[in-house]
Order: sequence, then structure tokens, then C-alpha cells
Amino acid sequence: MKHLRSVNRKAQRMTRAADSENDVVALQEGAQSPAPPHIPLGCTLIFSPGWEADHNGGTAGLCQPVERDLFDCHEGCFWPAQVPDQLNHAPDWTAKCAAAQKDWRKIDLVFP
Amino acid sequence: MSELALREFHSFQAGGREFVYLVPSAAIFELDETSAAVIDRLRERTMARSELAEQLYSRFPAPEVDETIAELLRVRAIGENGTAAKPAKVMPPENFPLTTMVLNVTNQCNLSCTYCYEYGEDKIVDTENGKKPKFMSEETARESVDFMLREAGANKVAHLTFFGGETLMNFPVLKSAMSYARERAAETGKQVDFSLTTNATLLRPEIIEFLAENRVGVTISIDGPKEMQDQFRVFSNGKGSYDIVAPKIKELLKRHRSRPIGARVTLTSQTLDIRKIYQHLTEEVGFWEVGFAPVTTSPNRKYAIAETGFDAMLEQFRSLAADFLEAALANRHHGFSNVKDTLEEIHKGVSKAYPCGAGLGLMGVSTDGDVALCHRFAGSDEHKLGTVRDGIDRLVQISFLEKHHIDEKTDCSRCWARPLCSGGCYHEAHTRYGETARPNLHYCEWIRGWTDTCLKIYAELSVKNPKYLEQFDEKVEYEASAVS
Repeated sequence: MKHLRSVNRKAQRMTRAADSENDVVALQEGAQSPAPPHIPLGCTLIFSPGWEADHNGGTAGLCQPVERDLFDCHEGCFWPAQVPDQLNHAPDWTAKCAAAQKDWRKIDLVFP
Repeated sequence: MSELALREFHSFQAGGREFVYLVPSAAIFELDETSAAVIDRLRERTMARSELAEQLYSRFPAPEVDETIAELLRVRAIGENGTAAKPAKVMPPENFPLTTMVLNVTNQCNLSCTYCYEYGEDKIVDTENGKKPKFMSEETARESVDFMLREAGANKVAHLTFFGGETLMNFPVLKSAMSYARERAAETGKQVDFSLTTNATLLRPEIIEFLAENRVGVTISIDGPKEMQDQFRVFSNGKGSYDIVAPKIKELLKRHRSRPIGARVTLTSQTLDIRKIYQHLTEEVGFWEVGFAPVTTSPNRKYAIAETGFDAMLEQFRSLAADFLEAALANRHHGFSNVKDTLEEIHKGVSKAYPCGAGLGLMGVSTDGDVALCHRFAGSDEHKLGTVRDGIDRLVQISFLEKHHIDEKTDCSRCWARPLCSGGCYHEAHTRYGETARPNLHYCEWIRGWTDTCLKIYAELSVKNPKYLEQFDEKVEYEASAVS
């Protein structure tokens, strides 16, 4: 911040947060309010965890089983092509899969 | 195409500079010439980013202008028109730890202050004919201590405040509760910090000795020099209490040096001379700090402070606050605690969802062990949250917190002072409007005026004596929080 002087502690925290927005956080949108809920699934594009730290700098939700990536690609991210259309054609696609890391084998291929 | 507009903030000047207090973040930024110019332009009307920038290119270098707009956007002093999403209502986490328990060790009092919220015309609890015992028993006090330590969760320090009635009318239970609390705290690896509020009439040498030795924080309710004290703070025969309390307070101040002792003044329409009260209590009596609060009352009482009274009060507060600033600039102590308390909140950037910790981090316990929102509601069935034996009824607590959240107070939704005020005291609202959830609209102007004053003091200190503000970084755990 060059044109605004942070006067109280809260302003200093905001400035630090704003300055850290210049870090590379891939496609994450800046300045969301309040901070979006952390979804500990995992996708390199949104830099959520599985790796060093989540986007809040925490480490509690790291190291999710890789099977959960299956859901992450269409829930936490924007990647519709890999999964069937669950709204129209395959609403029950994941019905047998209560916990991904355990039941992922029950998810079958879908043929249109 | 989207246009840029001002977001919510309060702008003010201090020490010849421009500042903004952002709402609801409660951050304060000082503007430079460029950022002030951007805001000025947008004050006139909303406009597209490109148009705004172009209007300013003639006055400032283009990269500076672009950078400034980006910075103001980032701290949300400005934003795209219509995109100001209302942030979701954030509720406190469940099982919020209890920080302070106020123990009403008795509901008896040896004074009959006419304006008293516990006994006077606006009382909530039927203290005389009610079912509540007049004195808390040792057993209930012990159960309360257990409750407090249980509810303190992971907190290392629990604050136990004794209250009344006149607290010292039940000194034996206070003493035994303290030793029990120490014992239990040691077992659970916690510390307990003790404080009390008293009218000073019952202070005796051995009590003073005990308070000093045990580092008990003391707040004295006193209204000022004799003629003011004796107007309302009277015995049941109508006789004023000044002559009784003054020598005892001096004795206490002389002996009890282990913690600062504060005076807590109730202001009424008839005793509204803040400078005189302050001078008397600090210079003549010797208090370290003096805090003022207007009397809590329904508006038709003759001692109620009416609207014009609030204006007069604000003016007097400002005048005394000017002294505070002068002292702070010279690194001298000044005991006007209303300023200091507000500066601390401003410093931290407090943005409250609730006006106070009542029902959350602070609870009041009545003489029979009922747990209420705070000491002012202790004993009221309508405001009961549970009992010290059975714990807190979480459903009642959650529904209280849902209902009293700042987001539910539509009157406050456009007020820039809401991060600090959050609608004001529940008890005040209950007395005034019969409803704890109502914002205290009768003193909005006063709150905004006072907040503005404190913001200016803070900003001026940040320019001329920033070191002074560092004291608010880590607050000493032991400082007594005055309960009134």
C-alpha cells in the first residue's frame, strides 16, 4: 500500500493480506469477503491442499486420499468434462459411493 | 458497464490529515492526496473506473492514480456499484468459553439509591418478594466456581467478579468462594482473577487488607463530590452516603496498591458535570481511573438524561477527552477510562456482532445459582440461560445469540458506528423498550459523536505519538474489567 497508511492493527492485517494477494495463488480470485470456506479436497489449480499448506496457511486438512480428487474436479473446481452429467443423465452415479476413499471402486463408467 | 462507488466508511480529520474508518472491517487508513482525491470524486457521483482515472490523470501521474484506485478497491473503501455482497451472518463457535462470571453474592443492599436498576423503579427482578434467597450460600458459590472452571474450556485464566446488591454484605461467602476457586483452579491448571464492585460503605481495615493482599480488582460506585453523591446514593432514611464512604475510599486507595482502583460514576440529568466529578474523584479522592455511564432508566424518570442532556454530556465528554489527548501526547497518565477503553477497541479494530459478551463470554449468576445473560439480569427467569448445577441450556443460548446478532438489527445496518456499538446494552434496551433485542436508538447520536471523538484522538496519537498506542497491543490479563 502506497497511498493508504494503515493506522490501526486491523488495517495492518488487511494490508498484509492484500499484499500477500500478489503471491501466485493460481486462479484464485482475490478479495473475497469473507474468506471462502476451506474445502479440503484437492486440486492444484485452486491450490487447495494435499501439498504443503492450504490457502489459509493451515496444515490440518492436508494429505487427502487421491480418490477424493475424483470429486474435487467437478465440485471444488470447474472441470465438468470428466464426470457424467449428474443433473440429467446420471443422477445416481455416486449413489453407492458414500466415502470416496473407501467406496471409489463402486463408481462405474457411464455410457451415453 | 459497471461503475465505481463509495463503500461504507466514516471519514474524519485529525492533526490536519484525512482518515477513513471502514465499516464493517473497522480498519483505519490515512489517505494521501491521491486517495483523498479519488474518494472526493466518487463522493459526487458513481462513475466508471476509466472515467474516474481520466479525471485524475491531469492532477497525478497515471500509474499513481491506477495504483490508488486498486488499493482503495482492495481495502473495500470503494467498490463496483451493486456488487457489495452482504457478508454472511457469522455466528460465534459453539461452546464458546466463559471468560468472566459475575457472581451476585447478595441481592441485598444497605443503600437505597433512587435510580438503582436492581431496586429502583425500573427493576426487573422482584428482589423483595421474590423467591430468590437474599444471600448466596457457600455451597452455591462453590457450585458456581465449578461451573465457571468447567465452562472456561481451554482458557487459562478465568475472571470471577463479585457483585450485588452490595457485594460486601456477603463478605464471608466471597472469601470462601475465593479460596475454593484458588484450590480448584490449581487442580485444573488454571488461574482465577478476582474483582468486585462495591459502594464502599462497608469497607473496614480488615477487608481492605484482604483485598490488597489478594490482589482483588476493585471498582467503586460513586457519583462525585458530596452534593452529587448525596442526591441519589442515599441510605433508606434518605441520608446521603458521601461522608461515610469518602474516608473509607481514601483508606482503601492508600493501602490497596496492587491493582489500579477505578471509580464508576452514574450520570443523571441532575448530576451532569463531568469535569467537576472527574477532578474531585481523581485529585481530591485519589482514584486512578474514572469511568462514566449514563443512568439506565425508562425515559420518564426525572433523573433520566433526555436528548438535550445527551448533547450536553457529549460536549463535556469531549472537553475531558481533550485533556486526555494532551496527557497522552506527553506520555502522562490520564484517568478518563471511557477514552482509554474505546481507544483499545479502535486499536484492535474490534468489529462486534454483539454489543458485549453477555450470554457468550460473560454470564451472571443469581443468589440461587441461576445463570443469566449478565449480572443485570441475574435472577430474571425470562433471561435465564441455565443453572450452575445443570449448566447452560445451549438451545436457549443459541436462540438468544441468533436473535441478538447485529445482522438482525436493521436499524443499525446503515450506521457507521456499528462495529463498536452493535446496538448497545441489552439491559438498557430492556428498561427503555421492554425488549433486549432492540437497538438503543435513544443514544445513537451520542454514540456516533463519541466514537468520532475517540477516532480523532486515536488518529492524532498515531501521527504524533504512535508509541503510546503500543500499550494496547497486549493487554495485561490482570486489569479489572469494571462491572456496573
